[in-house]
Amino acid sequence: MITRAVRHTGPVPGAASDRDDGHDRAGLKVHELSWSIKGTVIIDGIVLHAPHGKITGLLGPNGSGKTTLLRAVARLARADRGAVHLDGSDLARLRRRDLARRLAVVEQHAGTDLDVSVLDVVLLGRTPYRSALQSDSEQDRRLAFEALAQVNMAEFASRRWNTLSGGEKQRVHLARALTQRPALLVLDEPTNHLDIAHALSLLALVQRAGLTTFAALHDLNLAAMYCDHLVVLREGRVVAGGAPHDVLTPELLMDVFDVRADVGRHPETGRPLLTFHPPGVVVPS
Amino acid sequence: MTVGSPDAVLDPAAKPVGTSSIGSVASDAPAGRHVVRTVGIIVAAVALLVGSVLVAVTIGQADISVREVWTVVSDRLGLSFLQVDVIGLGGQPPSPIRADVIWEMRFPRALGAVVVGAGLAVVGAIMQTLTRNPMADPYLLGISSGASLGAVLVIVAGLGSGLFGVSAGAFAGALIAFVLVLTIGQRSGTLTPVRMILAGVAIGQLCGAVTSFVILWVADPHATQDAQFWLSGSLAASRWSSMRIAAVVLVVALLLWLWNARALNAFTFGDDAAASLGVDVNRIRWTLLIACALLTGVLVAVSGAIGFVGLLLPHAVRFLVGPDHRLVLPLSTVLGGVFLLWVDTVARTAFEPRELPVGVVTAIIGVPAFIWILRKRQVRA
Repeated sequence: MITRAVRHTGPVPGAASDRDDGHDRAGLKVHELSWSIKGTVIIDGIVLHAPHGKITGLLGPNGSGKTTLLRAVARLARADRGAVHLDGSDLARLRRRDLARRLAVVEQHAGTDLDVSVLDVVLLGRTPYRSALQSDSEQDRRLAFEALAQVNMAEFASRRWNTLSGGEKQRVHLARALTQRPALLVLDEPTNHLDIAHALSLLALVQRAGLTTFAALHDLNLAAMYCDHLVVLREGRVVAGGAPHDVLTPELLMDVFDVRADVGRHPETGRPLLTFHPPGVVVPS
Repeated sequence: MTVGSPDAVLDPAAKPVGTSSIGSVASDAPAGRHVVRTVGIIVAAVALLVGSVLVAVTIGQADISVREVWTVVSDRLGLSFLQVDVIGLGGQPPSPIRADVIWEMRFPRALGAVVVGAGLAVVGAIMQTLTRNPMADPYLLGISSGASLGAVLVIVAGLGSGLFGVSAGAFAGALIAFVLVLTIGQRSGTLTPVRMILAGVAIGQLCGAVTSFVILWVADPHATQDAQFWLSGSLAASRWSSMRIAAVVLVVALLLWLWNARALNAFTFGDDAAASLGVDVNRIRWTLLIACALLTGVLVAVSGAIGFVGLLLPHAVRFLVGPDHRLVLPLSTVLGGVFLLWVDTVARTAFEPRELPVGVVTAIIGVPAFIWILRKRQVRA
């Protein structure tokens, strides 16, 4: 009986140190990550922790190193030094194929000239699980259809990719990423070029997926609404990190983004709600 | 027992399994059916290829019947017991001279066209994927011209006139031209298709000019025919022996590419997408592109620089069966062979007894197709 109960609840009650340790190791941890090109430092000694099962937003003005950091985390660029751990294991030690089973990437707007179907695209997510000549199995197809249903695109399976809208394409990319069965989702400004309804629905789908997520986001209000944790970059360094209401202060917005803003409360979600002021207009105090 | 069942059949409401899901039939089909479809299409294409060879060898100045061809083939392959006229083609068994025309001239030429067409088509398919350039083709990118120059330099320098030496020179020339085009065609690490084509045209023109110069001034002042061969290609010199290296390299390269067909699919959305799907992008790209240069080199060594096959065939195949490399690669190979076989048959017979250079015919078909692809695909500048 006891054994069964333990299996169900995880760590034995009382073994607090074990649990804390396990909790601490879970999620994405970045240690002292640096990357430079031709002598210019792009990111410099990045340290951060994206908690397990939560959405961590990466904020920062253009050129602050967001995309570079994401690329270094996903091993699309090789960092000069530093380490990236996911749920306790060092990502640099994994074979690329094994990495692709644990970490999936959705880019800003990855397109193609080829006449592929939506299902073809989603099945690409099974690439790291199949050997060279194996054809797609029933299981692959089941996972692909499940992922399409998860992003509300089930009836689009046989549609041609080039007939989709921008928002639909991003949802298909998300389905492809989910089909990789990853522990970590890395999203590089996934809502760029999307209208507000598609942006909101995409992030809601990401939230519903419940995976550890590390997402660069441009829109600060979207970040405030959907992220559990925020990290702010400026000139390649982390300048703030924490819960949205701790990070998104008028002082930080002035300091990092060079905008005057009021921070209120969203009436429905209770999340921070930013109101920006046009430059040059003085607010009467 | 009631007799009501026939009525039930006629009742429209009883008609089961609605046809409303027609749109999703293809994607709901079980995975096994895709394998059957793939194998079926390839078998049909191979049958078309074999049939084309048997018919194409009958066409030419000496009128030869399918029956004669069949007799010669079964004779030479040691299958004389098959010579019973089962399909009732009639006709006479061929004289020894005609048998020689069939086996020593028509067949090597037909198989030369098949090997060269197959190789150029599959090289085009690989290049289009790995450079993300729908206009990629070994000829348009200057690689065939580089191979011609390499081959001519080896011959002129006396490094070897044997097929192996010429093939090696052609491979070296192809590889150097390819590296130059990729270097000039990229800007801060990304290849832009139009820039790449311009680089290819420039390198191709340069190599062509140097080839002409070397042949006409250094080697043999009367060798305009040689220049014609190297610059626009011909299959007139095909012999059984000259096809050996090309055939072996074609088979080995094709196996290598097929082995990576799934990884090639992962390039659909570009290099980063492929890498994040677990593909070792640099290793795959360089291995497969070097194989492209190698195959282009050995093909040019036997046929000169024939253009547009590598551009046309992969597009036609994708149009027919979609972009999955597991089907596009084998089908481009087989249909590339069929295509060049018929083009060469037209080239050698249309204006008998004069022969058109086969590259002239592929260009006449290829240039309109090039313009069509350019307009349709809205190639990224």
